[in-house]
Amino acid sequence: MTANPLTADQASQLQALTRTWDARQLLWASGFLAGQAARPSDDRAIAGPEVTLLYLSQSGNSEKLIRTLARRLTDEGCVTKVFDALDYRKARLKQARYLLIAASTHGEGDPPDAAAEFYDYLMDDRAPRFAALKFAVLALGDSSYAQFCKIGRDLDARLEQLGAQRLVPLQECDLDFDQPAAAWMDQVTDMLAGSADNAVAVIPVRDVAATSYSRSRPFAAELHTDLVLSGRGSTKEVHHVELSLEGSGIAYRPGDSIGVIPRNDPALVAGIIDAIGASQAVTVPVGEDSVTLAEALASRFELHPLTRPVVQGFADLAGDDHLRSLLAPENSTGLNAFLRGRDLLDLLTDCPLPGLDPAALVGILRKLPARLYSIASGPSANPGEVHLTVAAVRYRNNERDRVGTATGWLADRVAVGDSVPVYLDENPNFRLPADPDTPIIMVGPGTGVAPFRAFIEEREAVGAAGRSWLFFGDRHFTTDFLYQREWQGFLRSGALTRMDVAFSRDQADRVYVQHRLLERAAEIYAWLEEGACFYVCGDANAMAPDVDRTLRAILRKEGGFSEQAAGDYLEGLKRGKRYQRDVY
Amino acid sequence: MNRPVDETAGLSANERIKARSRLLRGSILEGLKDPLTGAIAEEDTQLTKFHGTYQQDDRDLRQERLAQKLEPLYSFMIRVRVPGGVCTPRQWLELDRLATRHANGTLRLTTRQAFQFHGVLKRNLRDTIYRINQSLLDTLAACGDVNRNVMCGVVPERSDLHAQAYGATVAIADRLLPQTGAYHEIWLGRQRLAGGEPEREPLYGETYLPRKFKIAVAVPPRNDVDVYANDLGFIAIEDGTGGLAGFNVCVGGGLGRTHGEEETYPRLADVIGFCRPDRVADLAQQVVTIQRDYGDRQNRKRARFKYTIDDRGLDWFREELQRRLGWKLDEARACHFDQSGDDYGWVQGRDGLWYGTLFIENGRVADRPDYPLMTGLRRVVEALEKRGRGELRLTGNQNLCIAALSDADRQMVEALLSEHGIMADRSGASALRRASMACVALPTCGLAMAEAERYLPHLVSRLDEIMAASGLSDDPIVVRMTGCPNGCGRPYLGEVGLVGKSPGHYQLWLGASPQGDRLNQLYRESLDEEELLAILTPLIRRYAVERHPQERFGDFVVRVGIVDNPMAFEI
Ligand code: SRM
Ligand SMILES: Cc1cc2nc3c(=O)[nH]c(=O)nc-3n(C[C@H](O)[C@H](O)[C@H](O)COP(=O)(O)OP(=O)(O)OC[C@H]3O[C@@H](n4cnc5c(N)ncnc54)[C@H](O)[C@@H]3O)c2cc1C
Ligand SMILES: Cc1cc2nc3c(=O)[nH]c(=O)nc-3n(C[C@H](O)[C@H](O)[C@H](O)COP(=O)(O)O)c2cc1C
Ligand code: SF4
Repeated sequence: MTANPLTADQASQLQALTRTWDARQLLWASGFLAGQAARPSDDRAIAGPEVTLLYLSQSGNSEKLIRTLARRLTDEGCVTKVFDALDYRKARLKQARYLLIAASTHGEGDPPDAAAEFYDYLMDDRAPRFAALKFAVLALGDSSYAQFCKIGRDLDARLEQLGAQRLVPLQECDLDFDQPAAAWMDQVTDMLAGSADNAVAVIPVRDVAATSYSRSRPFAAELHTDLVLSGRGSTKEVHHVELSLEGSGIAYRPGDSIGVIPRNDPALVAGIIDAIGASQAVTVPVGEDSVTLAEALASRFELHPLTRPVVQGFADLAGDDHLRSLLAPENSTGLNAFLRGRDLLDLLTDCPLPGLDPAALVGILRKLPARLYSIASGPSANPGEVHLTVAAVRYRNNERDRVGTATGWLADRVAVGDSVPVYLDENPNFRLPADPDTPIIMVGPGTGVAPFRAFIEEREAVGAAGRSWLFFGDRHFTTDFLYQREWQGFLRSGALTRMDVAFSRDQADRVYVQHRLLERAAEIYAWLEEGACFYVCGDANAMAPDVDRTLRAILRKEGGFSEQAAGDYLEGLKRGKRYQRDVY
Repeated sequence: MNRPVDETAGLSANERIKARSRLLRGSILEGLKDPLTGAIAEEDTQLTKFHGTYQQDDRDLRQERLAQKLEPLYSFMIRVRVPGGVCTPRQWLELDRLATRHANGTLRLTTRQAFQFHGVLKRNLRDTIYRINQSLLDTLAACGDVNRNVMCGVVPERSDLHAQAYGATVAIADRLLPQTGAYHEIWLGRQRLAGGEPEREPLYGETYLPRKFKIAVAVPPRNDVDVYANDLGFIAIEDGTGGLAGFNVCVGGGLGRTHGEEETYPRLADVIGFCRPDRVADLAQQVVTIQRDYGDRQNRKRARFKYTIDDRGLDWFREELQRRLGWKLDEARACHFDQSGDDYGWVQGRDGLWYGTLFIENGRVADRPDYPLMTGLRRVVEALEKRGRGELRLTGNQNLCIAALSDADRQMVEALLSEHGIMADRSGASALRRASMACVALPTCGLAMAEAERYLPHLVSRLDEIMAASGLSDDPIVVRMTGCPNGCGRPYLGEVGLVGKSPGHYQLWLGASPQGDRLNQLYRESLDEEELLAILTPLIRRYAVERHPQERFGDFVVRVGIVDNPMAFEI
């Protein structure tokens, strides 16, 4: 080791400066300093462009990508400012020179909750012009939805319309967004770093945080427990799954989700191979690799459910006009009806292509996306473990029993002791209030109750004093009251203050959580007025919109608000992170 | 002389619950409304018994649901009070409807001539009890520390005496009904009148009886109510002309005991005298008040009337009773019972009408894939209801008598029964099976230690083989099984009594008389099925060979000394 060249003064300055830095920051700084050392001595000023980065994110993916990009750009010497679309006013977009956006699509082509206002502002006729702005958009989505990447597409087109200049083309991403997103970031970084005269050179030092697990590098979590929460006679089959995170270093927070990387049903794989008359062992290209057809179909591509791009690809392969007609833009209801309950084998059965080149077949398939599950355990109460609440998808169609890819795999083929590839999917938009005294209202019917188990366990563990109120619902009281004994225990111990339940099929009239909310309108309003946070988790199609409508009704009824004012009230709650949703 | 309850005297927990219940209200109403649990508050589960309903849970699923993080599958058993077991076709049909609508789809005929529903969820409890009341039956005092359903022998062949005995039964039942308004408030939605008379429970007082109290009226020659197993029994005595002279009175019967507790035991009632028919209700009331005042309120296990009698003596009791009555009992009259079980098939009564007794295995009216009993009975009863004919009588042995039919009605009933494969005559089940019964036990009974109702049919099939091998297929043996020593299926009055000890294991009791006037004795402490059969097989073979003509198995084992000295055989 070389002797320390610093003066005592310099050494203590350095120490003071870096005392609070974490390992990642220190490593980056070492690289930065090494880069400085490699430069001509007169050229030290940092003078990269100032870049505004905005994310429209529901479950955190877009946010994470934007933050990664921001780090890379800073490394390249840019000055970066990252904003949640929620805070777009603070971002002062009209003054911005460079604007980079990552936007996901939710609902049926809707913006993320927190981004609705920004989206509306931009799409509105009165939107300002952005003549001086240069922009790029990364669109996140899921091609199994009809309105694939709609929000990103809209923003990209709209910014151009408003006079802004596109830096790089719109990048659309399906659920496996890692690679396309990385490619887009490379492009963006090149453009911006190129535009900087005096970018800082940073010599990369291997990042200690690189040991963290991700979708492309999942952690093999051992299955500890798998039990069915649904009582005998239930029409549902909801599993409580406990996985070991021992040794992973994964630290999650209540509100986060776990991504599970499943394997396809072997019977389905065999059926498909059979249908095209191929051999299991024939190899097909998968990205850079080449693997057997059997393995490719088992673990690399999605076979269930069927999605539009796959039908598109298949229609082209088969030259099938009927399929093509289904894909016509005006026929989306027909296509949805066709997709429902179908998988790849149905396609091959409806329209047989014996002797089809296996490589051509896998060429049209979508990469098998991970499935997300809300974490149902509080980290403090369950160190080294994570719990999930998984509703098995099972149904019958065309005389064949179907299982959901991930849920069928977990329920039927993963045994205790086996490992499940998982990664942490953080969700900064579904968080307990920072102040433990803040009251919380949680609406979580069905598996939507999962994160609230984590919330309550965590609040109990940290001794939070805030009141809590849970609304749960499902079909039948006797069989579908998920975690019933635990809620009873939490109510006894005081960790949960109140609970209301709605069992839809126990009486002649269907009763849902929103009915219970309405029955308690006055108290809900009082809680909100006292600063309560309102959380919704579970079904995105019917439940979440119904609850939203009910909240508006409650505000009108109890607060005397107009429709418009009720909407503003809710927007205000969202902006203050007091109305958070995790719906799927 | 209602002695005030001494608050400090170490009363049993139930006494305190009763005392603070405000005449059986407790917090039952609040508990019914709690949507987060299928249960009610712990203390209230003691109180609902008085209203005729027990909180239970499906014990088959207890472990499973615990693991599933679900509370036990709570539900309620409802016992319908049917004095003398007599009900109308319309009432049967309403109960049948409720069984499918709110219960587990079966009706259970009990050993005390009542109906039970099982598996009624809390949210349906009020509606069920409300509708039972709408049908002019009720559930009040079907359980609890009060006088229970009063039994009355069915005696088809003595239709004339039945009418009078049944009259006495109803008079007693009415006299001893609790007066609290709680029942009406909770189940029938009746408001308490403000400013009205302060509510009172004149007969029972606010802590009711120390324990349950049971009364039966028997009509010789049949002891189908097992009259001696009751706290208080009345035995109808004919006058010289075939009319009713009055009743022999017996007191202090009761069967419940606890394994390993010697101070608890089954006891048969002692006959203490004779009384006129118009005095039975007064007499019953005074017997009840004596037990109210002197029964043990500290040790619930010894709170039954039989222990009051044994502790204080029969003479003391007779004195106290006559003092309270103000009149003396007459000498008991001679009487004779010839059997305790039911006779199946059709009998013509003295009224010229027909009575058909059906064997209902263990009292469970249900549809099985191969035996649509419930549907078949429904068709029969619907037809009767349409014609405005007949009545139904539940027997004390869990069976059913379709009563008071004309020739034409009988033919119609027979046709409908055979259409559904239901036998009204003696064919079908073996004599042993038709003479046997089991209590409910698992999965609903919270006290069961072993199976009974679900298991006895199988065991009987095995016994049938042994009987057949000894040429005894047509001979009855009264086999009675219970899941625990409480004695609900009156096992201590079985020629063969099987009393559950632990899963798959039973005590074997032998040697009761087939007339229900001699208890059996403990022969073996804990046997599984194979051990049991290994013991019974040689006994039955020996019985086949050595019995006297007409001698019954229960009498045989006593005569030849098999249970002469039960203690010598203790394992
Ligand atoms: C349904 C029935 C048995 C049957 O298969 O038919 C029955 C069923 C039960 N009896 Fe009984 N008893 C039934 C007749 C009897 C009889 C027989 C009789 O009365 O002729 C006896 C023995 C006679 C006696 O009382 O001494 C009887 C002695 C008991 C005892 C023990 C009492 C004692 O003095 O020790 C209990 C336990 C208790 O009271 O603590 C009991 C308790 C019970 C309970 C309620 C269990 C409980 O307390 O949690 C059982 C409900 C099981 C279920 O799931 O339905 N049952 N019980 C009978 C209903 C009669 C009715 O309609 O009122
Ligand atoms: C943020 C987030 C959190 C989530 N949290 C949870 C959670 O906590 N618990 C949970 O269980 N799930 C949760 N999900 C959903 C979960 O990720 C999966 O989508 C779900 O488990 C189904 O996955 P699968 O692979 O088993 O089914 P897939 O193979 O993906 O099949 C699902 C598809 O099957 C088809 N299908 C299903 N039923 C029928 C039917 N009856 N008839 C016809 N077609 C049908 C539909 O097309 C459906 O989209 C969450 C999702 C997100 C995005
Ligand atoms: C309830 C729900 C609805 C969705 N709807 C759409 C949609 O209509 N179109 C689409 O392209 N993607 C849709 N997606 C997929 C998301 O856009 C995708 O998961 C994205 O990665 C989420 O990014 P975020 O975490 O930044 O919100 C939906 C996802 C969920 C959970
Ligand atoms: S005898 Fe025991 S097991 Fe049988 S019903 Fe009575 S209490 Fe239950």
